[in-house]
Amino acid sequence: MKYTLMINEGPYQHQSSDTALQFARAALEKGHEIYRVFFYHDGVNNGTRLSAPPQDDRQIQKEWSELAKQHDLDLVICIAAAQRRGLMDADEAKRQGMDADNIIEGFRISGLGQLIEGGIQADRTLVFGD
Amino acid sequence: MATKKFMFVNRKAPYGTVYALESLEVVLISAAFEQDVSLAFIDDGVYQIAKGQDTTGIGQKNFSATYKALGDYEINKLYVEKESLEERGLTLDDLMDLTWEDEDDDYEEKPSIHLVDRADMAGIMAQQEVVISF
Repeated sequence: MKYTLMINEGPYQHQSSDTALQFARAALEKGHEIYRVFFYHDGVNNGTRLSAPPQDDRQIQKEWSELAKQHDLDLVICIAAAQRRGLMDADEAKRQGMDADNIIEGFRISGLGQLIEGGIQADRTLVFGD
Repeated sequence: MATKKFMFVNRKAPYGTVYALESLEVVLISAAFEQDVSLAFIDDGVYQIAKGQDTTGIGQKNFSATYKALGDYEINKLYVEKESLEERGLTLDDLMDLTWEDEDDDYEEKPSIHLVDRADMAGIMAQQEVVISF
């Protein structure tokens, strides 16, 4: 089956990103396809590369990044939500006149249309949120 | 592109968290994709379409007028759960007058809000292909 996942909460604050990560791994293991993972609301914070949790804690952003690399996943951060919360890729940082970017490898920034298109293309859309 | 039945489920009050405002942004984008869109208002989500919202005291944008524009985007199936209203001491009269113009019926103005009970709401949700909850 082809899935689109939506993640609406930030890492560590809320379990939704952990659950989605575990779901994605399990689905891929069973041979299902993850068409897209869309990060919205505070969920955009799953895409920062500037997270440094204690060593004995899980590394949520890096785990997403690595999973994306292994399975060629499409991880999309909503641009409107990202702009509000200070998530920038290099192009967006330049456009906004910011002095830094902070997006982790494997994520891309795009519009809300990607969520709707993901919903149309996938057999199932699952929302992980509060 | 294919047309699917999308439902956006609004469960949270309009202010206090950003869910309602950002939900509305998704709803408006979905209209551009010409999908079969409906909205559900349950729990504190019913406050999103309450009449007479005034945000001057909290320094936030009052975006309630945006709900009135939904009819112009052919988003005219707004299902409001009866029990959620009752639990909060609200009636239909406490909600905004949200309408749409039916171009197949001489542009007659028709109500967008449909009051349904909890069991009916479950049935409507079961018919959807994509359910996104906020």
